[in-house]
Amino acid sequence: MAQPLAVQPSATPSLARSLIGMKAIMATSGVILFLFVVGHLLGNLKVFQGPEHFNAYAEGLRTVGAPFLGRGQLLWVVRVVLLFALGAHIWAAIAVTRASWRARPIGYQRLESTHTTYAARTMRWGGVIILLYVIYHLLDFTFGRVNPSFIPGDAYHNVVASFRLWPVSAFYGVAMVVVGLHVYHGVWSALQTLGLHRAPTERWRRGAAGVIAAAIVAGYVAIPAAVLAGWLR
Amino acid sequence: MKLTLHVWRQAGPSARGRFVRYDVPDGSPDMSFLELLDVLNQQLIARKEEPIAFDHDCREGICGACGMVINGRPHGPQRATTACQLHLRHFADGAEIWIEPWRARAFPIVKDLVVDRAAFDRIVQAGGFITARTGSAPEANSILVPKPAADLAMDAAACIGCGACVAACPNASAMLFVAAKVSHLGLLPQGQPERDARVMQLVAQMDAEGFGACSNHGECMAACPKEISIDFIARLNRDYIRGTFL
Ligand code: FES
Repeated sequence: MAQPLAVQPSATPSLARSLIGMKAIMATSGVILFLFVVGHLLGNLKVFQGPEHFNAYAEGLRTVGAPFLGRGQLLWVVRVVLLFALGAHIWAAIAVTRASWRARPIGYQRLESTHTTYAARTMRWGGVIILLYVIYHLLDFTFGRVNPSFIPGDAYHNVVASFRLWPVSAFYGVAMVVVGLHVYHGVWSALQTLGLHRAPTERWRRGAAGVIAAAIVAGYVAIPAAVLAGWLR
Repeated sequence: MKLTLHVWRQAGPSARGRFVRYDVPDGSPDMSFLELLDVLNQQLIARKEEPIAFDHDCREGICGACGMVINGRPHGPQRATTACQLHLRHFADGAEIWIEPWRARAFPIVKDLVVDRAAFDRIVQAGGFITARTGSAPEANSILVPKPAADLAMDAAACIGCGACVAACPNASAMLFVAAKVSHLGLLPQGQPERDARVMQLVAQMDAEGFGACSNHGECMAACPKEISIDFIARLNRDYIRGTFL
């Protein structure tokens, strides 16, 4: 005979142990990273206002919050939050990917996809490419290790020096397209995973994800394109 | 109709399987796909060969017993159609057809095209019901059900538990099935008292069975013979998060 259902404490999977919980963690950390990608883009576009504005913005990131906060304090808080979100995002991605690979040990001779998108199918390897890109990007503009002529404090100069090399710009462009695909599936998918879904949103959330992703790619790619075209020098 | 079939043959759960080619010279466009296998099995029996094992019961698309991957599509190429309701008129004369069982760790192969879907039963046993006291039927109007909720609950309850969602999912995830079970009770007033406990226990059982994680491809919805929407997966996620925090 069926017993009335009750949540047994031991049977309750914690958020970090169930697959849905891991997906929720991935979605939440993804939203944080997405907000960073948008904010970072808005800041970067100041490069079109010229060296003074752009370098003042870069300096402003370190002095924001004064006099309540010391130099660079808020920047470090943001960095720690981002690192934490990135770690959680990658951890959850690895955990659910492994669960999914385990779930089908013997594959099909043939399985046709009818509904999924290129963006959805490239989330995993796209994520790996983005991670490699982020490491390169930090070495280029934050640590100055791979920048052709790094001048600490002159962010405008560093950007132009790096993007003047077409292989760097090309790599950056490709990485941004991968980011765009990741954001496209990610934005739509996060709404689904977090259950933020009501019938009316269904109609626009795919389109909205596409517009947001396209705007992000266009905005980021505009910078190396402008450097190569000689508009930014 | 002449058809060439490549059928997955596997003698038992731990035996090695392989595709075997069969030529069926006497197919008819009016036959269902399962009747095609019946005809082929008659030929095999006449040749004293082992007939192909496949699951079936109602043969009218309502029980969920049948299921096989036909040319890379669970239940075959026809939208919203179970294998038993798929007719040969949807195939060209002389077509070559590949037939495989559902492939998932949670659905071990029993023989040929038959897989063990008891994992679904265990998920439902973990809480896919309401604990109603039996007795005389209550007055119908004593619990009012809003029409939109009733309609949506019926959409979810259309699930026949065939497992095509798992078969189609690149992750072998059972989210659409569990979402349907959680939603059809969670939408109705009778399902409310156990709503949180139900979702937690169904999800715990789903994970324990070894299904994969949903990554929102939507292949399940495209393969579902009852066209159950992945909107229910969002609903499942919401209920699970609600059950975790509230
Ligand atoms: S045999 Fe019942 S649904 Fe196909």
